[in-house]
Formats: sequence, C-alpha cells, structure tokens
Amino acid sequence: MIIEHIDAQLPGTVTDRHDFRGDQTIVIARENLLAVVALLHREGFQFLVDITAVDWPEREQRFDVVYHWLNLASQERLRVKVPVADGASVPSLTGTFKTANWFEREVFDLFGIRFEGHPDLRRLLTWDDFPGHALRKDFPLDGGDVFCMEGCTAPFNNGERGGA
Amino acid sequence: MDSLALSRQQLDGDRMIVNMGPSHPTTHGTLRIVLELQGETITKATPEMGYLHRGVEKLGENLSYQQFIPLTDRLNYCSSIMNNVGYTTAVEKLLGIEIPKRAQQIRVLVSELARIADHLVCVGVNAVDIGAFTAFLYLFRQRETIYDLFEMAAGQRLHTSFTRIGGLFRDIPEGFVPLTERFLVECEASLQEMENLLSHNPIWHDRTKGVGAISAEDAVNWGYSGPCLRAAGVPQDLRKAQPYLGYETYDFDIPIGTTGDVFDRYLVRTEEMRQSLRIIRQVLDRLEPGPVMIDDPKIALPSKEKVYTRMESLIHHFKLIMHGMDMPVGEVYSATEAANGELGFYIVSDGGKNPYRIRVRPPCLPIFSSFEEQVKGGLIADAVAVLGAMNIIAGELDR
Repeated sequence: MIIEHIDAQLPGTVTDRHDFRGDQTIVIARENLLAVVALLHREGFQFLVDITAVDWPEREQRFDVVYHWLNLASQERLRVKVPVADGASVPSLTGTFKTANWFEREVFDLFGIRFEGHPDLRRLLTWDDFPGHALRKDFPLDGGDVFCMEGCTAPFNNGERGGA
Repeated sequence: MDSLALSRQQLDGDRMIVNMGPSHPTTHGTLRIVLELQGETITKATPEMGYLHRGVEKLGENLSYQQFIPLTDRLNYCSSIMNNVGYTTAVEKLLGIEIPKRAQQIRVLVSELARIADHLVCVGVNAVDIGAFTAFLYLFRQRETIYDLFEMAAGQRLHTSFTRIGGLFRDIPEGFVPLTERFLVECEASLQEMENLLSHNPIWHDRTKGVGAISAEDAVNWGYSGPCLRAAGVPQDLRKAQPYLGYETYDFDIPIGTTGDVFDRYLVRTEEMRQSLRIIRQVLDRLEPGPVMIDDPKIALPSKEKVYTRMESLIHHFKLIMHGMDMPVGEVYSATEAANGELGFYIVSDGGKNPYRIRVRPPCLPIFSSFEEQVKGGLIADAVAVLGAMNIIAGELDR
C-alpha cells in the first residue's frame, strides 16, 4: 500500500521492487532517499528498525544499504534498498531519526560506506585504526596478515596454513 | 580517542573525567562510558563499545545455517533460548515452512521461561546496583530453577542451542512439566516477595521515579523496543502485533507505563513476568504429544538409528551435512519479541550452503545509543540506575 503512495507522490523514484515471503522491498537511488524518507515519516513509518548493508563485489554499485521501517499503527513493514558504489556516500538520516546515528556508524565501521551529514561518523565496534572494513567480502575471515604473525596457522583458512 | 583528549584540554578545575568500565560492576558485561562530571552532575557521557565484538555476522557468512545456532546463544546470554527461537524462525521464514504444533508450543514455553529469567536478572541486578540487595536473592533462586529446566531440556544451562531449523533438537524430557508447574507457583510467590520489598519502598521510589524518563515520540524516534518502549506508553509487542508461533491463541495482556522512567520499566517488567507465567500455564494445559521436528528429509537430520540401518537416510544425512539445505534465493527479515525488544534477523540467501549475509538487529543497540541524552544533567548515581533499566547485554550489543 505504501509503495503505491510513493509511486503516486514521487513518480519514478522506485526503480525496482519485489515481494518475497511477505516482505516488501523497494529499491531507490540515493539522490531520492531523503524525499522518500520524508514521505515515509509523514505516512506513519516512524519506527526505523534497522540500517545495514550487503556487499556485492561483482556489481558496479557494490553495496546495498538496507533500511527497515515499521509502521506502528498498521504494523506494515517496508524494506528500502539503496545501491551505492564503493567510495560514494549516502545521505544520513540522523536529521529525522535519532536511531540512525549509531546504525550508520556501524555500517561505516564494517563496510566503509560514508554517510553525508552525519554529525559524528566514527567507528562503532572496532577501534579507530582498524585495518579495513570487516564485513566486506574481500576482508578475510581471520583478518589477514595484519592479525596473523608469520608462521602462525589460522582456523577456517580453507585448510591452508600460513607461512612455512 | 580524539574527542576525549580535546575535552581534557578544556577542563577547568571543577570538572573531571571518570571512566565507568570497561570493567565496572554495574556495566554487567564489558562496555565503557566516559563520564565528564561537574561535581556529581554528568555534563557529557561518551559510550565506548565493541569490547565483546567477535564478528558474529562475518562468522555467519562462513558457517552453514544450522551451524549458526550456537552463535545466537551468545547474543543475549541471559535468555539465549529466545535467540535460538528468533534465528530459526527467520530461517524457517526463508524456507517457507511451518514447524509441528508441539514444537511451536515448546518454543513458546521455553521462550517465556527465558523472558522471565531475563527480566529477573534485569530487575534484580538493577536493584543491587541501586543498593537493594535482598530482592536480588529472592529472584535468583527462581532463575536457578529456570536454568535447571533448561538443563533438563537442552543439556545446557546457559548456551542452550535448543532449536533446530524445522523444530527442536529434542523433545522435553519426563519430569520437565511437573517441575515447571512447581516453578509457576514458586515464581509467583517470589515475585510477590520482590514487589513487597520494592514497589512501595520509598528509597526505591526516590532512586527510580523520574530517572531516565522519555516520551513516547522520543522513544520511537530512538528506535526503542520491548519493555523500555512499552514503559514509555507505546503498546507495541510483536507477540500481539505480528504474532508468530501461535501467540495469537494465548490469552495475555501487554502492560504499558506512562513516563518511561526506571520505575515504569521495573513495573512493566514485573507485570510481563506475571503475563509470561500465564502463557506458560496455558501452554502446559494444551501441550499435546506429537513430533517436535518437521518431517522433511531435506531439512531435518534423520535419526541415528535410521542413518545406520537405511541407505536412504544415510544419503540424506550425508547430503545435509556436506551440501546443506536447498535454500531459495531471496532475503527475509524476521523479528521476534525477545526480552529486550525486537530481535530481528535479516538473512540474504544466494542459494548456497551458507547465508550470503546475516544481520542481527540487536534490540539494545538503539536503546543504548540514547544513553547520553538519558543521563545528561543527572547525577552519576542515576546513570547506574538508567544503565541497569536499559538492560544492556554486551554480547548482543557488540555481536
């Protein structure tokens, strides 16, 4: 229902949509994010449940930033995905939703996606000079050479042992 | 930490910096809060987290769907069975399957027991932090019984790993139901004792009323869920609003508060424990014999007896262990009402053995993010009360 509202009021913003197991998903461009968010907020989607991201290294727009909204009155859920290329940034939602602050910091920490207009974009879970972004697909599970001294064996390393 | 060094330069003689944590008795887990104080008044509070970050989401991408279950135990370790339930419910949504009735009922039963255990810890420990030690002792006796029950059912007290995709690891053993019935009576009495000690205690009132108050709009904007949101007056409970596991067939009420302060959170949690006892009573009344695992060889592991005697079962066992389940390509978000609030799992599947991406939406992260606003201008002793009532569990916060 909300998707029809978005289509009617902001025609052309929804570039893709799908419905899987009752979860409604729309895909929008990052330029349209703030307009869609303002509309969602007006329409009663005032509970921003979650912000996260998914890494698709083979795609041109490498990351999907994924937002989950809940309408407390109608209990309708909506997932909004914003594709973004490596190095590009997404507008921050901290102006409308206070909860976006830490969620965006976490996405920045683990994926390295920058949020434009975020008041305090620091790492949240790892330390400030952590090498790389842990949830990118090209970040090795054991952390890579930085965390493994020469000759040490790391578990889960596809059976290969590091060093001699 | 740059921000800290900067504020140190700005300090004059009246102000000082106090580190609460990473190892402080009231943080109950490992997290750190840098408090800037003017006398006893907090002028700035900077939470630092990540001490228990162990990369659960990254590990999940490298483990099969079944193998991820033990990691969910360690999210909210006060009520680990609810995380098991939340995760497997999400995978079952992705698969589009429904689990047997008895499995649903037992999941509700253990979830509500876990909710009581979690609330008992939260309320009891909150009281200890503020200085009321006795209530804690009454409550912990009951928590011990719940852990005994978990041990009977799952073989583990804390890290239960009780559920499996498609049902349960095993049925509840003989002797579980009688002990639960005894627990229902004793827990009710203990709750009454706790309420006698706290609910009308003027010191408890002084320490909790008006502390950490938050309006309903602010609570929603901060992304609060669970008891903290309901204490602010928003009647949002996923068990009622978006029922799962047949919660719509049980008769229970959703307690809500008005001011959202520590006292209201205490009242909401206390009443929720009573409602959970009600639900458990109803489960025990309707529990029918039957299977606790879905009858689908592509999802459930065959019994060991069959694996050793039948060719077909041996092949199924081999296929499930080596190649995993046939997962559809797609993405689901599934949320359950855990003790702390909305525990969500967002799973992206590319059809492989492992999830392509698994995201845990921890209920206490958004709640904790409002900590500075909650305690700014208050006393340092109030920060302790607020932190306890938020029920921050570091294992879930940091993942």
